[in-house]
Amino acid sequence: MEQYALVLAGAADNLYPARMQMALSLGWHIVFSCFGIAFPTIVVFTEWRAHRRGNPDLRGLAHTWAKAMGILFAAGAVSGTLLSFEMGILWPGLMEPFGEVFGFPFVLEGFAFFIEAIFVGIYLFGWDRMSPRAHMLSAIPMIVSGVAGAFFVIAANAWMNNPTGFDLDPAGRVVNADPVGAMFGPSTWPQFVHMLIAAYMVTGFTIASVYAIGMLRGRRDRYHRFGLLVPLTFAAIAAPIQIGVGDWIANAVAENQPVKLAAMEGLYRSSTAVPLSLGGIYVDDELRGVLEIPWGLSLLVTHDPNGAVTGLESVAPELRPPVNIVHLAYNAMVGIGTALLLLALWLGWSWWRHRRIPHTAWFLRAVAVSGAAAVLAMEAGWITTEVGRQPFIVYGILRTADAVSPAPGLFLGFYAVVVIYLVLTALTVYVLRRLARGQAAAAPQERDDPVPAA
Amino acid sequence: MSSFSVTLPEVVLGLMFVGLIAYGLFGGADFGAGIWDLLSGGTRAGARRRALIEHSIGPVWEANHVWLIFVLVVLWTAFPRGFVSVATTLYVPLTLAAFGMIARGAAFAFRKSTTELGLRRFLGASFALSSLVTPYFLGAVVGGVASGRVPPGIAAGNVVTSWANPTSTLGGVLAVLVCAYLAAVFLCGDAVRDGHEELAEEFRVRALGTAAVTGAAGLVGFFVLRADAPLLFDGLLGRGLPVIVVSVVAGVAAIVLLAMRRYAPARIASALAVATILVGWAAGQYPYLLPPALTIDDAAAGRPTLVAMLVSLVIGTLVLVPSLIYLYSLFQRGPAAAEPGPSEDTT
Repeated sequence: MEQYALVLAGAADNLYPARMQMALSLGWHIVFSCFGIAFPTIVVFTEWRAHRRGNPDLRGLAHTWAKAMGILFAAGAVSGTLLSFEMGILWPGLMEPFGEVFGFPFVLEGFAFFIEAIFVGIYLFGWDRMSPRAHMLSAIPMIVSGVAGAFFVIAANAWMNNPTGFDLDPAGRVVNADPVGAMFGPSTWPQFVHMLIAAYMVTGFTIASVYAIGMLRGRRDRYHRFGLLVPLTFAAIAAPIQIGVGDWIANAVAENQPVKLAAMEGLYRSSTAVPLSLGGIYVDDELRGVLEIPWGLSLLVTHDPNGAVTGLESVAPELRPPVNIVHLAYNAMVGIGTALLLLALWLGWSWWRHRRIPHTAWFLRAVAVSGAAAVLAMEAGWITTEVGRQPFIVYGILRTADAVSPAPGLFLGFYAVVVIYLVLTALTVYVLRRLARGQAAAAPQERDDPVPAA
Repeated sequence: MSSFSVTLPEVVLGLMFVGLIAYGLFGGADFGAGIWDLLSGGTRAGARRRALIEHSIGPVWEANHVWLIFVLVVLWTAFPRGFVSVATTLYVPLTLAAFGMIARGAAFAFRKSTTELGLRRFLGASFALSSLVTPYFLGAVVGGVASGRVPPGIAAGNVVTSWANPTSTLGGVLAVLVCAYLAAVFLCGDAVRDGHEELAEEFRVRALGTAAVTGAAGLVGFFVLRADAPLLFDGLLGRGLPVIVVSVVAGVAAIVLLAMRRYAPARIASALAVATILVGWAAGQYPYLLPPALTIDDAAAGRPTLVAMLVSLVIGTLVLVPSLIYLYSLFQRGPAAAEPGPSEDTT
């Protein structure tokens, strides 16, 4: 099959619309994936507490959240379907040579997603039809498959960051593909754990923020207090763990993708005793308007104040990612993450001292914005890892520009995707708002509407 | 077929094809239900029919469509060359089908969660219209591949004529008709189970009508394929002939059973008739993944990948099938018996 070459002529015009279409589709989907990963645990935990304490407020919350989970799962499922088409439509130069290497985790993810879809349906349908014990048991496959699915998708993405499990022959063709080995590259575990914790933060803070807004509007009953406390507790436990995981993943990036780390820090020159750079704009190979913490970066990535860190100068200019996007996105993620950690500590302190939610309006305001903030941090983290990999789609091996489809008319797809996601976002927000206001709303998998009598 | 031996790529492709048949049957019935929703009449007049449709596919609508994702991921891992050739040459109908799935899935899900009539109408129309459009484009994709219009290579074929041609049109029309037929047969059984005899009669008439139209389209298709896709035509009348005969026999049996109001066996016969159409297509173009140039074995990935696939497909199926059976059995139980009303504790 000699006509297959890694470099595709004439694809240059498609690179921008293809990247934008992928970024929009994935950036939209990833938010709903977070809920698919973390929401089932929160819902089942709440249901379990409701049974244990015979608490009708907790039970009501669990039921409402189960419906929201069903709606969010549906939105995630339809957007995920589009992604599996886009992998081939937009990036044939990636899938053709490397599909056999890194496609395998997607097959496993297909099974995991299938199981999750089945048990989300069973869980929602069985709400009033099964014994509490059987009902909660049916949730276990839902939780496990949600987490497993995340692992498989992250494994595929981690492979793009650190490709392993194959050899290239002298002509540059893939040989000796080892799909299992490819799943467990050096980035897989840190990226997975980082995403898992992020999913709990996004889900926990977002749900809590809905109830914080309700409490700010004066609805301070037990229902709202539980609605804020339960998800916020999940997020508050996740936040400090994420700091430790962040250190782990930064070390993995420093070791395996030094140029990405250099872009994250806006570091041009390779040197020792490197400070940590906060903020600033990268102009002419220099970070301007930056706040520096002496020895900070060396300490973080080498655990030695005088440790050596590689700079952007180590590779030719055309092999560097767009530094400002990566640096600012990374700073945004860390900055917001730190603010969310402080919020978690505030809750923890108050609970430890007084056994209650801090009752100042400022706390509620902070929780109210925490959901959007967590989503923003997660998107910023995703931009950091994806844009930081550029110009490569497979790090160090295949350029994104050489993977895009040369088919004519591709940009039309991008415009269509923009319109579709605008409508989809508006509808999702509308439906969730109805649910939050307590108006009758059913999850898609439920069968709440009886057939009218004939 | 003098010596019968099966290669590893053929086994993996065969398993993928089982997934495709499952999608054709379950997803097909799902699309068809949407088509009948579209043809149910005005808001008030069609309400009972729409309620039955929603009631029937509601709990399983999402699971049905995972089959397609499964088919795609197996293709891109085990047959990357074939996958990218199809995805890039036929990207227009594939993108439109994907958009249709989004519009369909989201509209169906969100319609349940709103009571406002205008919005319900908009979502209902979006659900119903995309139920018609999506199988058409998927059928057109099959027609494009089967008629040899997808050469191996990235965007190597014509991005317009690969799906706008006689065989693709036939594929699209047949896909829509088959979906509508399957759904009508399935809905007959569901209506009887729920005690709506008059709805069952309505869908029985629809099922018989669609069967007649599908048969007529099949006859027209005979001449279309002979003129437009000779290689497939020869394959269908050669290796594929026994399967086509089974399909015709099962189809006729289904019609007889429908006429006798024996809905449960009619479902099985209909499913067999539809499954064998797909198998006939596969047999017709064997041993090519992309006729007339790319064989299954040439398109396949390396052995370790195929072995890993095979192992995961077997293990995955062992987990999946019991779960699916549990899901379907849960929802097939009569709703009147042990079903309390919707709980009211949310507000």
